[in-house]
Amino acid sequence: MGKKTLAVQIISEKLSREVSPGEIVVLPVDRAFCQDGTGPLAIDGILSLSMGLKNPSNCYFFIDHAVPPPRKELANAHKKIKNFAREYKAKVIQEGICHQMMIEKFAAPFDIIVGADSHTPTSGALGCFAAGFGSTDAASAMATGSVWIKVPRSIGFKLSGKLKRGVSAKDVILKIIGDIGSSGAIYKVMEFFGGGLKNIPMESRFTISNMTIEAGAKTGIFPADEFVKEWLSAQGRSDDFRPLEAFEDAYEEKHEIILDDVVPCVACPHEVSNVERIEKVAGEPIDVVVIGTCTNGRISDFEAAFEILKNAKKLAAYLIIVPASQTVVEKMVEKGIFSRLNSLGAKILPPGCGPCCGVHEGILADGERALSTANRNFRGRMGNPQSFVWLSSPQTAAATAITGKITDPREML
Amino acid sequence: MIEGKVHRFGDNVSTDLICPGRFYHLRGNLQELAKHTLEDADASFAKKVEKGDIIVAGRNFGCGSSREHAARIIKMSGISCVIASSFARIFFRNCINIGLPAVEVPTKNFADADIAEVNLKDGFVENKTKNFRLSFPKFPEKIVKILETGGLVEYIKENKSL
Repeated sequence: MGKKTLAVQIISEKLSREVSPGEIVVLPVDRAFCQDGTGPLAIDGILSLSMGLKNPSNCYFFIDHAVPPPRKELANAHKKIKNFAREYKAKVIQEGICHQMMIEKFAAPFDIIVGADSHTPTSGALGCFAAGFGSTDAASAMATGSVWIKVPRSIGFKLSGKLKRGVSAKDVILKIIGDIGSSGAIYKVMEFFGGGLKNIPMESRFTISNMTIEAGAKTGIFPADEFVKEWLSAQGRSDDFRPLEAFEDAYEEKHEIILDDVVPCVACPHEVSNVERIEKVAGEPIDVVVIGTCTNGRISDFEAAFEILKNAKKLAAYLIIVPASQTVVEKMVEKGIFSRLNSLGAKILPPGCGPCCGVHEGILADGERALSTANRNFRGRMGNPQSFVWLSSPQTAAATAITGKITDPREML
Repeated sequence: MIEGKVHRFGDNVSTDLICPGRFYHLRGNLQELAKHTLEDADASFAKKVEKGDIIVAGRNFGCGSSREHAARIIKMSGISCVIASSFARIFFRNCINIGLPAVEVPTKNFADADIAEVNLKDGFVENKTKNFRLSFPKFPEKIVKILETGGLVEYIKENKSL
């Protein structure tokens, strides 16, 4: 299969035959999941189908978007999910954001993952085909054990070199989205390969695959290499590893990214593709800074932010911290980051989606301006259409929290 | 055959604009949620939309969050078809899965209040106000069947499988 893309390799392997881009195929699903925003509607679909769940142990219901529930309607939605899962023997998971839980506990190379959440591609960094779907597709996947898709074409991103100090994977994916646009990869898969991968650690790869949807991609996939093997081993899942190799000649469309040339970038309101180099926006006043979420809520993100924040005496912006899972919280405590951020005045939220989706825990006031390490800055995203959201790396967010204006993190390292 | 009055939207209308996160608690009550359809793109939309009307948008309509509620409340508001220069893929699937036709043609020559006709069988959109016709590739057979049966749930019930 020398010239096949990663997506075609995975799908062909699953169907035990060679597939071609453009073909419509019905794929067996290895894992299907919903969260508390999409789960109740999926449950209605499953009940309407009256087929039960094909493989209950592969069906996951995550409660992460509104946790703990901020109002009775959402408490009732959680109750509906828990009752359904108990009756149908599906899993309910409440220890973190769905995508973080998938990469910590479940996703493995060559998996086909159907997630009723658009950031499902996060798991693609482990060499699987993980795409976001709506509630009805998730219901169908859980009831029938399968999903129909059009075999996608892929765009190759060849990474070379090494990121400079103060620059992160978030800057890489923001730069790519700025370059190709918010529909630059529509209906396609973004695949990452090349010698530069050895300088992009696993947690950074999750940040990149997480945001491929913001360029319209069906998913983002990385090869399953030694980094994936180490990650799975660290999660106690060594047996889940299978190698998956990328081939440069598989791609009709290809972009080269020289990591040494990437600089800190910021996505400006109200589009993720509205990306500027930091020097163009430095000095913009910021009221609220958010570090965390499924995009940048892993321990290495907080370590990178802390490297800058540890020298601060006080903060000029209101700083909200949202770890991606309870395991991440434990690591923050172990490393002393939790207590230092707490004493600096940061508001540390329970693991979950937090203020990213505008439900609770950090709604912005009229005219307020936030800089967030999350993945979306659409108008109204953080709960108020009269507010403004910029997106950046954890390092840029940390520097900005200290000064209260968008600040180049390289000035503070 | 589908015919209706056009409501014109621009590029990159996200599901956050169609179905804002601040109404998250209404997701269990779609009737109420539908009163806020497209509120952050056009605050008056839910009040002025009439049964049978058609949405015409630019590039990447429905981008962002996978929330199927966005497609559902558009349908519940009375919209008979969504036409766009391109769709975000999750939103496109959601439309098909709930039986809401979603058609891709270049839309730059459509304006608010034009009358449009959509013929799914023969694959064309006609702007009756401006008198031009645009064709689109026919849907794959599976998608036609899903739309005809009224959505994916009904399709699976009828066929006993996907």
